[in-house]
Amino acid sequence: MRVLMRGNEAIAEAAIRAGCKCYFCYPITPQGELVEYMARHLPQQGGVFLQAESEVAAINMVYGASAAGVRTMTSSSSPGISLKMEGISYLAGSRLPAVIVNVMRGGPGLGNIAPAQGDYFQATKGGGHGDYRLIVLAPSTVQEAAELVMLAFDLSDHYRVPAMILADGMLGQMMEPVELPEPVDEGTILEKPWALTGAEGREPRVVLSFDLDPQGLKEMNLTLQRTYREIEAHEVRWEEVDTADAEILLVAYGTMGRIAKTVVRLARAEGIRAGLLRPISLWPFPYEPIRALAERIPVVLTVELSAGQMWEDVRLAVEGRAATPFYGELGGVVPTPKEILSEVKKHAR
Amino acid sequence: MLADAKIPEGYVRVFRRPDSMSDAPYTYCPGCHHGVIGRLVAEAIDELGIRGRTVGIAPVGCAVFLYRFYRCDFVQAAHGRACAVATGLKRANPDLIVFSYQGDGDLAAIGTAETVHAANRGENITVIFVNNQIYGMTGGEMAPTTLPGQRTVTTPEGRDVRATGYPLKISEMLAQLDGPAYITRQAVYDVRHVQMARRAILQAFRNQLEGKGFSMVEVVAACPTNLKVSPVDGNKWVTEQALRYFPLGDLKVRDR
Repeated sequence: MRVLMRGNEAIAEAAIRAGCKCYFCYPITPQGELVEYMARHLPQQGGVFLQAESEVAAINMVYGASAAGVRTMTSSSSPGISLKMEGISYLAGSRLPAVIVNVMRGGPGLGNIAPAQGDYFQATKGGGHGDYRLIVLAPSTVQEAAELVMLAFDLSDHYRVPAMILADGMLGQMMEPVELPEPVDEGTILEKPWALTGAEGREPRVVLSFDLDPQGLKEMNLTLQRTYREIEAHEVRWEEVDTADAEILLVAYGTMGRIAKTVVRLARAEGIRAGLLRPISLWPFPYEPIRALAERIPVVLTVELSAGQMWEDVRLAVEGRAATPFYGELGGVVPTPKEILSEVKKHAR
Repeated sequence: MLADAKIPEGYVRVFRRPDSMSDAPYTYCPGCHHGVIGRLVAEAIDELGIRGRTVGIAPVGCAVFLYRFYRCDFVQAAHGRACAVATGLKRANPDLIVFSYQGDGDLAAIGTAETVHAANRGENITVIFVNNQIYGMTGGEMAPTTLPGQRTVTTPEGRDVRATGYPLKISEMLAQLDGPAYITRQAVYDVRHVQMARRAILQAFRNQLEGKGFSMVEVVAACPTNLKVSPVDGNKWVTEQALRYFPLGDLKVRDR
């Protein structure tokens, strides 16, 4: 059964269906409906909803709940995510799973509450201190948002790496029909033999993100790096639209990815063979698929709601095989398909 | 293993490590009060028989290695965030007995917000707050609880209250709130006070078992290393200086 839901609400409902037991938050626009939905529905399902005194406290509550072995989540928007970065680094260092939702808005600083994609660097390059990565998933529809939330919990548990849903204000606010995923069978959720459950009848367990001995800390880091290589090998996700015969390839994610789909259609109606590669996992990034397409498509146009953050990864993927122009909008301004189309025309022969 | 040392014939063991303590040697300096306080926590855990369901939270600071000294589950928290981490643990699994162990920089400076709000929510956790008026591990900088005129590496001429304010009386602050069940200030500079602190720490854990809510035991302690005095003079510092600003006793006892 399909139901009409706002993106923020679908993310919240999907988290409950994924078995999220503890949700900690601090209010911020444009993800307010997510907080409200959790306040209304999570306690009814036997879960814990708690509004913290700050984003810093909320992410550290997530840290505690995750250490206790339950599925846990927090959500925020750009300035709030910056505050969470300390705790996210600790989660990564301690190898604690958790899901963090960032419904991005315009920045830097207080910015505004309009949709933007200016947090790409922060999300995909670690964001906090130290050598770590998050699994970053970027939905472009409400339906996909719900599905990726379920996936984020599974991947985070499996790899013991925090996962981020990187959405934006437009996706959070828009309403679409959505087929909600079936609730997970709690029995199928991965066992956590590292969780702090009390040392009765077993050796004590510790959850740490530090080792003062450089060799020890190096080993901890190598464990993380091995995990990241495994994720890169198995968890790259992307969508391709009309790439088979494309003469110009658009690369865009999230809300921009969705607009770019329309642009591809408009371009083809005018005889320009445009195609789209939409990264779904921003980390691990689809370097190889983009590289393969750049072997035969002469122009790879990156389109973002930023000054060109993902563009850097696209250029790393292309490595000079094709021209790599960029088109972006800033400050919460969302370009129309026609504006992007004229950019496509400029670069297509 | 120290605990298993053979007892010569004719001798009876009358003193030993609490069961909740491991054999790991302390990493504290001579004369530091952490050692005594840490042991009192273990004695309380033993007495209540809760080792198997206790999760401790190690802070940032001199007690960062706290997890080594106990035979129970432990998590190390970011600087100041222990009360938020404790909240997450306890809410996720209310059967756990959750305690944090924090210094003055951790609890009363960088973690003020987390502490105040956990107390105000009446989180059913136990907090051990070691107030030695200095940042010990980082090398003796001014703490929020540093006394007026006290020399530290960041107040080389003594703490000037006009520039850096007054010692923060966090227990008095928390005692004004409706949330907490038990706020008390203790010390461990002599045997009598060690016994009193022992009873207070036991009470703070018992409160959690009984679901009474947020309980905090502040212990006014000495850091002889950074005071640059002997262990004996460290004790004198507590009685002659620190207790003038931090008088001992119960600040809040809610009996339900």
